[in-house]
Amino acid sequence: MSAAPAKRTTYREAVREAIREALLRDPRVFMMGEDVGRYGGAYAVSKGLLAEFGPERMRDTPLSESAFVGAGIGAALGGARPIVEIMTVNFSLLALDQIVNNAATLRHMSGGQLSVPLVIRMATGAGRQLAAQHAHSLEGWFAHVPGLRIVVPATLADARGMLWTALEDPDPVLMFEHQTLYNMEGELAEDAGPVDIDRAAVRRPGGDVTLITYGATLYTTLAAAETLAAERIESEVIDLRTLRPLDMETIFASVRKTRRVVVIDEGWRSGSLSAEILARVAESAFYDLDAPVARVCSAEVPIPYPKHLEDAALPQAPAIVEAVRALMPASVSR
Amino acid sequence: MTTPPSDHAVHLLREMLRIRRFEEKCAELYSAGQIRGFLHLYIGEEAVAVGVMQALTPDDAVVATYREHGHALARGIAANALMAEMFGKQEGCSGGRGGSMHVFDAAARFYGGNAIVAGGLPVAVGLALADALAGRRRVTTCFFGDGAVAEGEFHESMNLAALWKLPVLFLCENNLYAMGTHIERALSQQDLPAKARTYGMPADSVDGMDVLAVEEAAGQAVASVRAGNGPFFLEARTYRFRAHSMFDAELYRDKAEVEAWKTRDPLRLLQDRSLVDAAGFAAIDAGVLLEIADAVACAEAGTWEPIAHLTRDVYTPALEGPRERRAR
Amino acid sequence: MIAFHMPTLGADMEAGTLVEWLKKPGDVVARGDIIAVVDTEKGAIEIEVFDAGVIDRLLIAPGQKTPVGTILAMIRAPGEPPGVAPEPVAGAPPAVAARARISPAARKAAGQLGVDLDAVEGRGPGGSITVADVERAVSGRRTVLSASDRLAATRAAVGAAMARSKRDVPHVYLSNTVDLTPALTWLRAENARRAVTERLLPAVLFIKAVGRACADVPGVNGFWTDKGFAAGSGVHVGCAIALRGGGLVAPALHDVNTKSLDVIGREFADLVARARAGALRSSEMSDPTITVTNLGELGVESVYAIIYPPQVAIVGIGRIVDRPWVVEGRIEPRSVVTVSVSADHRAVDGRGAGAFLTAVERWLQEPAAL
Repeated sequence: MSAAPAKRTTYREAVREAIREALLRDPRVFMMGEDVGRYGGAYAVSKGLLAEFGPERMRDTPLSESAFVGAGIGAALGGARPIVEIMTVNFSLLALDQIVNNAATLRHMSGGQLSVPLVIRMATGAGRQLAAQHAHSLEGWFAHVPGLRIVVPATLADARGMLWTALEDPDPVLMFEHQTLYNMEGELAEDAGPVDIDRAAVRRPGGDVTLITYGATLYTTLAAAETLAAERIESEVIDLRTLRPLDMETIFASVRKTRRVVVIDEGWRSGSLSAEILARVAESAFYDLDAPVARVCSAEVPIPYPKHLEDAALPQAPAIVEAVRALMPASVSR
Repeated sequence: MTTPPSDHAVHLLREMLRIRRFEEKCAELYSAGQIRGFLHLYIGEEAVAVGVMQALTPDDAVVATYREHGHALARGIAANALMAEMFGKQEGCSGGRGGSMHVFDAAARFYGGNAIVAGGLPVAVGLALADALAGRRRVTTCFFGDGAVAEGEFHESMNLAALWKLPVLFLCENNLYAMGTHIERALSQQDLPAKARTYGMPADSVDGMDVLAVEEAAGQAVASVRAGNGPFFLEARTYRFRAHSMFDAELYRDKAEVEAWKTRDPLRLLQDRSLVDAAGFAAIDAGVLLEIADAVACAEAGTWEPIAHLTRDVYTPALEGPRERRAR
Repeated sequence: MIAFHMPTLGADMEAGTLVEWLKKPGDVVARGDIIAVVDTEKGAIEIEVFDAGVIDRLLIAPGQKTPVGTILAMIRAPGEPPGVAPEPVAGAPPAVAARARISPAARKAAGQLGVDLDAVEGRGPGGSITVADVERAVSGRRTVLSASDRLAATRAAVGAAMARSKRDVPHVYLSNTVDLTPALTWLRAENARRAVTERLLPAVLFIKAVGRACADVPGVNGFWTDKGFAAGSGVHVGCAIALRGGGLVAPALHDVNTKSLDVIGREFADLVARARAGALRSSEMSDPTITVTNLGELGVESVYAIIYPPQVAIVGIGRIVDRPWVVEGRIEPRSVVTVSVSADHRAVDGRGAGAFLTAVERWLQEPAAL
């Protein structure tokens, strides 16, 4: 590891720095999306980049998700390296046709002749009282689709480092940025750069239970792990980082050690990513389990507006603590 | 004495006849169970693809629909590769993965074969965007039918291409039917060029049964696009002589209507105008039939992709080393 | 209908003799009720039932010796009509097992360790049986009994073993009073250099000295079998550990002669903690090749212990006391301890036992070499 000096920064700035680096590094890279230019991005991620790179490479689009996502696919086919920003995951549904029917299929359907080196970034998740059309966590849907790679930076280093690696990927990569993370502040090495987008990361080691999560619930989960540690329950917290393809190796290694597993996912439980992960655990690590698999997911409701209801709908640390306690022997839990 | 037909007219006639004979053979093979999936035949509309392709250079890009055998052949994709694709053989132009509706050829810059109505339009806009960004003077021609005009993606794409002045030729093959729905039952405004003009782009309409007219109109449209005037919308009024797909009882139109259109068969129109006599036509036809027979033989001799290859090309094969290292 | 089996109360229990039934057909039983008394190699043990219901049939009569796993009785689940269930086939998996909450990992562990899961009490979530429960079962402790019963059972088991030992094994007793001053001086200096958590206890010196002496005099390290003495495959020193609430276990510290004092110190602390938490491994219970019992902390000056068969020797350590001692012709106050050895005379005679005791003393004089 480098011992480079660290600087104070935010998740938003880290993403911006990553975009900036990509634009500087590769003339084929350009970015487009709704209000990414003059407005500076709905979440101010691209603020200032229009002035630096001009309207050709920092393109404001009309409100035409299908057209500009499809245009990103076409531009990628035509040799460019587009970064397409969709304002929020709910809006990505207007571009599902292009993402699922074109981006994900072209390579296979053309017998390997074509590839779509496209990166689509979008905000996801709840927590800001944005209610039921701006706050869902639908990344699990996209993770259902072969041909797509789904990445979720939860840390500053990943926010800074995943984009370039994603742009280097010859296939379409969807990057989900949880909207509550943009203001997150922390230390980031001055020379922080590209990171892998293949492996999950163990964010906290522990031997008693494996907690699997990604995105903003990483921090909820780490808080729960802290509470549990006070009860002498040591949690191993895995940040998935990439939702497709899943790094099951890291998950299995942890479950074999702890024998207990809880998935924390802001998505809904039914037909979900959490279901997929736990099904695979049951398929391949069944005889390592010492307790039933468990999940903490969002309540099965559209995300409501009032703060107290929104909080109640989302995975919170006490629910995670409870879920873990329920898996522990009577002598350990209280 | 009459003047002999020009080489160019013979070329156009042969190109249209290749499509006609290829598809007639496909219908036969489909009925025999050698081609499966959906099979949408272009017969009757050959003049559009053949006429438009005359205006394009090899550098230009083509995005087509699921009724694209004609575009593929006219674009220069070999009948052998196309027929093998119909069979699903790995010698097919898409490796057999796509079949009738998903014809691709990267070398020919032929980007499908898109079976989502209007799904190809945004992609065509993007291909043109890449050219614009790179400063290349290429044209992307996007074929679609009148059905696509009702889709949101049509309007989004028209707007975006016009807004950004991208080099796209939007080529609408108006054959009057979106599957079985007549245009009068689908569109409030059936004057399609008028629709396009509301996006601030030049638009025109041409008799799609007349290959010479199509060639000329497409030539002008492509010239406009290549000159940097932004996108162009060209409607080719045409008609499909056969059913929407092989399994279609055609309850939605009269036989008389079909017969009326057949009097304007694009092959006969050209034959008459270019003074190709029966013997001349038979000579061309014989050559074409040989080509098609050869294509079928090649397809039949073709091989099935091993099942072990099923998951190939879902993702690009991993390069050496982890992505991080490649990223550096 | 629920089958009630002859429990396996320890890894070494293969069969039990039903002494008496405490319930009769028609009696209502609740989970945890004592319903029978079974005599084992380790004495009579009260056995409890893990299901609620009504006794339907008693299948085994008192006085019968039956292998573990044998169905002893059938219990009707609450609400179940009498006698409708078919006669269970002996040896077939009991119907209850299908409904028991047993974690997959516990099932696998039980298979590997040869544990009858019917006899394991589940302390996992929802009363499920987890790996920890299986490991506890194989540790040989009476996990199936309540605390007071467990104490009684442990006493009974130890008592039975000791009675057999005293009855069958000809003990020879030797002892020596050992000057421990050099060892304690060395230990003080050593501990002064160490962090609090890494300090060594005198007990560690005794264990290591015994281990070294075993290597010097291998005749005390091993087992008495039908075919005579069998040397231990390593030097695994059993450490008698008093349990809170009573009872005694003597799990092994493995390969003591080759391990450093640091390692032994750490392992000993771990062993004590796990013994008291009921988390010993079965191998630790069955592996000792010799045992050390240290009663010094109770203020006892010397102990002549009874051998744990099939081991052939046990070392007793008393309290470290200051005594006037003659050193090079002068009387000096020295710290001394009485070390004894009880040996199985069939395996090792007084001469061999004496050589061993002398070796222990010699090693205690050279703590730095331990």
